[in-house]
Amino acid sequence: MDGLSQWPTERSGFPHAYLDRVGSSFTDFLATAAPDLLPGRRPVPQLPVGDLAPHGTTIVAVTFDGGVLMGGDRRATMGNLISSRDIEKVYPADSWSVIGIAGAAGIAIEMVRLYQVELEHYEKIEGMTLSLDGKANRLAGMIRGNLGAALQGLAVVPLFAGFDLDAAPGATPGRIFSYDVTGGNYEERGYAAVGSGSLFARSSLKKTWRADLSAAAATRTVVEALYDAADDDSATGGPDPVRRLYPIVYRVDAEGAVRLTDDEIAAVADTIVTERSAADRNSTGA
Amino acid sequence: MTMPYYASPEQLMRDRSEYARKGISRGRSVAVLTYADGILFIAENPSATLHKVSELYDRIGFAAVGRYSEFESLRVAGVRLADVRGYSYNRRDVTGRVIANAYAQTLGTVFTEQMKPFEVELCVAEVGTTAETDQLYRLTFDGSIVDEADFVVMGGQAEAVTTHLREHFSPGMALAEALMVGVRALSAVSPAMANGGGDAALLAAAQLEVAVLDRRRPKRAFRRVVGAALHALLGDGDDGAADTGEAAPSAHAPSTPAPGTPPGLGDPAAPDTAGGTEGSGEGGSPSDPGAS
Repeated sequence: MDGLSQWPTERSGFPHAYLDRVGSSFTDFLATAAPDLLPGRRPVPQLPVGDLAPHGTTIVAVTFDGGVLMGGDRRATMGNLISSRDIEKVYPADSWSVIGIAGAAGIAIEMVRLYQVELEHYEKIEGMTLSLDGKANRLAGMIRGNLGAALQGLAVVPLFAGFDLDAAPGATPGRIFSYDVTGGNYEERGYAAVGSGSLFARSSLKKTWRADLSAAAATRTVVEALYDAADDDSATGGPDPVRRLYPIVYRVDAEGAVRLTDDEIAAVADTIVTERSAADRNSTGA
Repeated sequence: MTMPYYASPEQLMRDRSEYARKGISRGRSVAVLTYADGILFIAENPSATLHKVSELYDRIGFAAVGRYSEFESLRVAGVRLADVRGYSYNRRDVTGRVIANAYAQTLGTVFTEQMKPFEVELCVAEVGTTAETDQLYRLTFDGSIVDEADFVVMGGQAEAVTTHLREHFSPGMALAEALMVGVRALSAVSPAMANGGGDAALLAAAQLEVAVLDRRRPKRAFRRVVGAALHALLGDGDDGAADTGEAAPSAHAPSTPAPGTPPGLGDPAAPDTAGGTEGSGEGGSPSDPGAS
């Protein structure tokens, strides 16, 4: 917290950096005023430390006719251990966008916090929100700064989705952006998944997703994709009716970003489990 | 040869004060009032983009009069301070007092050490969970800081507006009522009105910048009241009906924010668009397990 120790009990009030340049980026400001608060400014570990840190896993995003949905399972793993059953890996980035994270949980959550402040800061200084593409680019910059740590097993790979307020008429307003560890930024069509179970989630979405889904139908494809990922990937958690832990799903539409209630997701998950077990019983003749 | 001339410190300070006062008194006035559900900012400001009132943090707002370029850089500094503190500690650890103190120090230092003082007057307002915990700090160009109780008036005609408000203000008014009281007070002394005609007329919505810190909103309490919502509030207030207090919240709070409007314009009752929902880690502060 060295960044704060210079802060502002000294007689002169605001340090010069606070009054000097007028920039709208919180990250850029921290780089001059309190660089030690930035995740990218720390020494990179010399040895691989991937197994020492909890890792978050599968995140899924799909578009639907009025926007976009993003969901994530609740498991974090540390090597072969389950380090958390109820971690949250999908967050609202601002009113019209959400961010989901896979990879080293500690760094990822710090990055999400920084990103949330970054967007809010811009909004307060400029009096308007960044464009959706602008938000996606800012995030790419943050990932780029983490490449050194990524090579030592602390990769962070987010998935970003939002409602594009400037979408051309006719174009779908829900848009999804995926990233790689080097900060590469790719816009995805229709659906995307990141994390260890993404292979299975994407295969599931390939069969269930269509362009004109309603919000309710799209919610089902998200929960089902996470179910399929949990089925085959040990690092992805399935719905947990014993502890009443269900995937976290956010919907972003013209009304803004809303987290779907646990009851809503529980109902969808229970339907999927019931249908799957019925199908299994039919096929085995039991 | 120029002679180094002597001026006594008293004379210097007096000159600077006079200079700053003159600069401030040229501008239009801003009133900050408490009302039942929070804090109301009313500025006479014909510009829709050069704001005199703005958001510093979740529960903290900012109002200023004087030289725009100067208070704008102070506003940016306040936003930066709030965001740095909130990011490195927690959102709950950002208070109006900290920001007001930093302003006071900065204004005081500039006043004593620089040739030219800031020609600004600021108000830092923090909305609490109850009306008793609302805070209004008024900061003047020399770095003095005053904790005011019910309202703060700054700018050219501050004295006259304050006198008017003392007569008509009462604590705990509904939003529409408080807005009418404030607009009447500003209109009574506004040079725009004096030129325009009879003192019965009020400032039009286009000449006003209105915003509230609404304590009922879950996270970011600051909200601008613009367009149809402002017209409705000003119109409702004229009738003086008893139910304006009930009608007001819905009148100025569209449940669907118009695309492009900054967040904080949604329905205060619905934990909707303000960067997260209740229970999702305090509006998306992921490292805060206690809040969910």
